Amino acid sequence: MSDPAPVKAPIEVRFRGGGFAPKPRRWVGVVVFIVLITLMEIGTRIGWISALTLPKPSDVLATFGELWESGLLYKHLAPSLGRLAVGASIGATVGIGVGVLIGLFSYIRAGLVPLVAALFPIPKIALLPLFVIWFGIDEASKYALIAFGTFTPTVVATYGAVDNVDRSLIRMGQSFGLSWFSIVRKIVLPGAMPGILSGLRISLAIAIILLVAAEMLGAEYGIGAYILEAGSLYDLERLFAGVVILSLLGVILSMVIGLIERRLLGWRS
Amino acid sequence: MDIRLDAISHSYGDTEVLRDISLDVPTGRIVCLVGPSGCGKSTLLRLMGGLERPTKGRVLQLGAPPQGCLNPLTFVFQDFALLPWRTVRGNISLVLEDHGIRGARADSIISDVLARTKLSDFGHALPRQLSGGMKQRVAIARALIVNPAVMLMDEPLSALDSQTRELLMDDLVALWTRQPFTAAYVTHNLAEAVRLGHRIVVLSRRPGEIREVVEIDKPLLDRAYGDTDLESIQKHLWGLMREEARAADEELLDV
Repeated sequence: MSDPAPVKAPIEVRFRGGGFAPKPRRWVGVVVFIVLITLMEIGTRIGWISALTLPKPSDVLATFGELWESGLLYKHLAPSLGRLAVGASIGATVGIGVGVLIGLFSYIRAGLVPLVAALFPIPKIALLPLFVIWFGIDEASKYALIAFGTFTPTVVATYGAVDNVDRSLIRMGQSFGLSWFSIVRKIVLPGAMPGILSGLRISLAIAIILLVAAEMLGAEYGIGAYILEAGSLYDLERLFAGVVILSLLGVILSMVIGLIERRLLGWRS
Repeated sequence: MDIRLDAISHSYGDTEVLRDISLDVPTGRIVCLVGPSGCGKSTLLRLMGGLERPTKGRVLQLGAPPQGCLNPLTFVFQDFALLPWRTVRGNISLVLEDHGIRGARADSIISDVLARTKLSDFGHALPRQLSGGMKQRVAIARALIVNPAVMLMDEPLSALDSQTRELLMDDLVALWTRQPFTAAYVTHNLAEAVRLGHRIVVLSRRPGEIREVVEIDKPLLDRAYGDTDLESIQKHLWGLMREEARAADEELLDV
């Protein structure tokens, strides 16, 4: 038998919980941007970043200012936003519609899921020549490209979201004699909304990428055309100004979806 | 309106879950269905409510539903089945909207049912803000508002803690005393069965068959927590179920 353990001073229980719960830290994102841009500015001014590697952020800002004053910003931005709005809304609307149908009907699911799986991995940019032949060189082919690119991820997100709607809520609706249409409108769609909206975040980012791709292949005005022109002249300031506009567009769209989520999904906590 | 089960048998594929069940749920009475887990008692309830089709036999409605009945066979679910994006009032109005009851008329009957279920102060709360007991009260209010002929209650108190369960049992007794409703009440909790049931139907393990039907004549209002006569009935029920429950428990292990 061993001796009883010697009496020791009490040890405080070590805390080992916590973590794994991201909390909002708004200012950190801003600080990261400021630090990066300041480093770029200092680097290019002192000279350890050559003017060929990166443009001076202040020069990019000046280019942006010129763009604004000359009215060219509006001239490039307006058609781009129009294409994005038309293309993305067609793609998202049809995508949500088809996704809901896939989620609800066995035959449509059996028929369309393999088709969507076949379409999803096609780089949509590769189809632009085809769209030009089908829809002509002007706006329609750009709308089609953006719509097609938004469509596939929206479909996949939507039918996944419909699949995840709590079946017991649907049974409840049936047990109270709700009509089929009421069940879809009041139970299935709101239940699928979180999944649909998070799918839209991805779809809209893809829409911006395709917008630029479409404009690079044939447009007089548009952010994509502007970036392509700057790139072919190795005008880094203008190239960066264009890229910054795209980034801002992405941030704004993401914020808009965030607002919609807060409005529509306030019930989630 | 009565419900009659006429020689119901039901199978899922090769698994027979219910065998030759004949049973009446008479108007104004609460019939409790008890049995070991997996004996098909919830399935039986879904058959009664038309959410599933029996493999053999028929479910019959005898007589006409009462005046102003919007949904004769109305469920109360174990998991409440409230829409999380609708407020308490919204969840209740959901089942009225399809009958064209909206606006002021809906508001007044919703207020009335909320008062009956002690929810008047919670009309604008969302389900996530409510405790389990409150959520089940909302589900009961939603069932009462359609003026059902028969309430089909599928383990309505099983997701609640035992104190809340006691409180809700008292509420159900009060509701029934005020206006007797007809109910088929599935539970695995024998204490609930002897407190709420006028008739208790004991099912055997799978395939479920009726083993015994126990009638309790004592009025609901006179029954209380820990009554000796109720306890002796409960003991009798447990005696019937004990071996079945053990066998059912072991059966699950080698499935």
